[in-house]
Amino acid sequence: MPAVHELAEPRLVLEQATKSFGSVRALVDGSVTLYPGEVHALLGENGAGKSTLVKILAGVHQADSGRLLLGGEPVSFTGPAESRAAGVSIIYQEPTLFPDLTVAENIFVGRQPRKSGRRIDQGQMRRAAAEAFARLGVELDPGRPARGLSVADQQIVEIAKAISFNANVIVMDEPTAALTTVEVARLFDVTRALRSHGAAVLFISHRLEEVFAICQRVTVMRDGKFVRTAPIDELTVDDIIRAMVGRDLDELFPKSESSPAEVALQVSRLSRAGVFDDVSFSVRRGEIVALAGLVGAGRSEVARAAFGIDRRDAGEVHVDGKALPNGSPRAAMAAGVAFVPEDRRQQGLVMDMSIDHNVALPSLSRLRKGGLIRRSAERRLANDWAGRLQLRYGRMSSAVSTLSGGNQQKVVLAKWLARKPSVLIIDEPTRGIDVSTKAEVHRLLDRLVADGVAVLMISSELPEVLGMADRVLVLREGKLVAELSRAEATEDSIMRAATGQAAGVAS
Amino acid sequence: MTVITAPLVRRMFRAEGLLRARELGIVVAIVVVFVATTINNHAFADAHSVQQLLTGASLIALLAVGETLVIVTRNVDLSVGSVVGLSAYVVGDVFVKHPHTPAFVGFVIGTLIGAVVGVINGLITTIARVPSLVVTLASLYIVRGIDARIVNGKRIDPVNVPRPFTEVGYKTVLGIPWLAVIVALVVLIVGYAMRTFRSARDLYAIGSNPEAAALAGVPAGRRIVSAFTISGALAGFGGALFLAEFATVDATGGTGYELSVIAAVVVGGVAIFGGSGTVFGAALGALLLNTINQALVASRISSFWNQAVAGALLLAAIAFDRWVGLRVARRMQTAEGAHRDV
Repeated sequence: MPAVHELAEPRLVLEQATKSFGSVRALVDGSVTLYPGEVHALLGENGAGKSTLVKILAGVHQADSGRLLLGGEPVSFTGPAESRAAGVSIIYQEPTLFPDLTVAENIFVGRQPRKSGRRIDQGQMRRAAAEAFARLGVELDPGRPARGLSVADQQIVEIAKAISFNANVIVMDEPTAALTTVEVARLFDVTRALRSHGAAVLFISHRLEEVFAICQRVTVMRDGKFVRTAPIDELTVDDIIRAMVGRDLDELFPKSESSPAEVALQVSRLSRAGVFDDVSFSVRRGEIVALAGLVGAGRSEVARAAFGIDRRDAGEVHVDGKALPNGSPRAAMAAGVAFVPEDRRQQGLVMDMSIDHNVALPSLSRLRKGGLIRRSAERRLANDWAGRLQLRYGRMSSAVSTLSGGNQQKVVLAKWLARKPSVLIIDEPTRGIDVSTKAEVHRLLDRLVADGVAVLMISSELPEVLGMADRVLVLREGKLVAELSRAEATEDSIMRAATGQAAGVAS
Repeated sequence: MTVITAPLVRRMFRAEGLLRARELGIVVAIVVVFVATTINNHAFADAHSVQQLLTGASLIALLAVGETLVIVTRNVDLSVGSVVGLSAYVVGDVFVKHPHTPAFVGFVIGTLIGAVVGVINGLITTIARVPSLVVTLASLYIVRGIDARIVNGKRIDPVNVPRPFTEVGYKTVLGIPWLAVIVALVVLIVGYAMRTFRSARDLYAIGSNPEAAALAGVPAGRRIVSAFTISGALAGFGGALFLAEFATVDATGGTGYELSVIAAVVVGGVAIFGGSGTVFGAALGALLLNTINQALVASRISSFWNQAVAGALLLAAIAFDRWVGLRVARRMQTAEGAHRDV
């Protein structure tokens, strides 16, 4: 295999690309080299910068610096159309098709084959689509509507589209995350077909066994930086995991010794069809339990079902010994559960509403007197919590959207903490906020736990999980695969459990 | 691979057949209403009565064609009723002031007036990114206001409208009213175009998934302006037909048509959130609503029921769409579950 690479010209070279969003440096050194006829794995933890790199290749983002060579020529894409015209196609995890149009039209929208009088040649279009599917060795009816296609079939449609564009660089961004075993096998057949036609495929996956099954070379990234590239046969699972996680825990995680008391949240045999299955755990007062796992493993979904946002198909949730009814966040709130969602802009806050109104929102029933909300009480509550959380703001009456991400997160925390919860479910507590505010949020969580709150934390950042959690539950593909004590939990043991490399994990 | 997709495809086709049967279903409904009413009142099947049935549905069907183009893109055009009124009066006024104007010029003027309103609707919607519901609600009032200013309390009387022009409104060819023939031609042409041209397919793409349309390089702004322009032009043309049909018009001509038009479009199976539906369905929806309307009259049922029935039909149409959607979704779920974790 290596001989091939030395002979062939690289199809695509990305060198030292950087990209920052505001103060967040998403990509510090994005480098990857793709050769024709190879499937190249891009690996890294969540947040390692893979998605940013893909978006630069897709033309969605423009790199702040660095070089992109395509067939030896330097190029810079100002939009997705240019990237596609240059022969780069991206297959996303969940493609966006036109549900009302046929499969063939989805492939050829805007460039349908035509006959005389600029009329669309339906027959020719279907034949061309069928040809693309035949080349991929897949049976899919070009005449059926895209609505109702499985995610796997949607990806196949996207790949057929890429072929019809004569794409010779195909990037697959976590294509297998939502696929079943059979579908993954079919995707691999298709990928091999692409490879044998000389395409360069960049394959992103968290499942290492897939990487070993389909890829010839591997590039590992960490913290937005290139770590190493090597042929797959020179690497072991251990090498890859070490390259992915090997980092210093240089951030501060102010975690005091905990003394867990009685069980506050008890989740028993929770199931939701197709999302997660038979998940049981408990969280005691005075401890932080982390739900770890890869994106798409079902962590947030478990939390949502426990809180009652999504209905559960089976299982029970008890808070302080009392059973919660299915699908009722109100009942969960009344029982003393607070839920800080992952996406604060969409789910955590009313962005156009003022700071004090946002803080008071879940506590309105307490601030009411004779059916009217007392404005002064509302303001007092908000001021109180703004002080406690060291919220930095201009005016209480300005819209939450004017605050920085970290301060927005504090508002979300304030609105729930104002209810004095006994159980706090917090999804990605520090996503997208700066380091100093992160430390503040961590200190706050630590204080809450010391006060006897039970905290269930979901985090994609392993240092956060390791630094804050008393126990770590690892989910993989909707199943609870490991429960690790603080002593047992290491980046290595969590990643192994999360990626299904079970060796060495007490499960 | 066959194992995975073949049962899905078969399941989908059954559901899809259900959707395609939408037009057929409306035809069946029309026939049922027609036959049932005729049994009660034999005069309902007279040639004259049937002609009235077709004539009465023509104008709404014509407007429904344009409305379909707009709704398919996830927009709506509420200004069509006002455009009909303005166009009808202005064309009549031209005949009053220039009695020797050829009849076809009247239709051209009407169409142009509507096209201008349509372009403005489209441009404001796309450039200012204001929801078309609001934009066309505003133009509904503005156009009606302009109309009232021009009419200024007067009215066009039949004596002022040239004979060749009004003949379009009442003459028949092979027993079919000219109005119905003209509208049927428009429906056929636009219906064919909606299936055959890239630009028309773009309308469906825009309504089906705006983000994906942008990614695919569909010129959404231009297409939406075109859809509004055609809708406006057809409404303007419809205004001229209004004058030809009734030969008299005052400041209230076409008032409230927009709601009948949208009802016809929805009953005709055009998804109110865009992406699917045909002009054939919309035109048939107009015919069904008018048939029910006339059937109630023929059965001497109070016209009060007329609107209630139209409302019930709308709910039934929406419930049907929802039911089909749920069925498709459920089928997909069970089909997916069947080969999960093999």
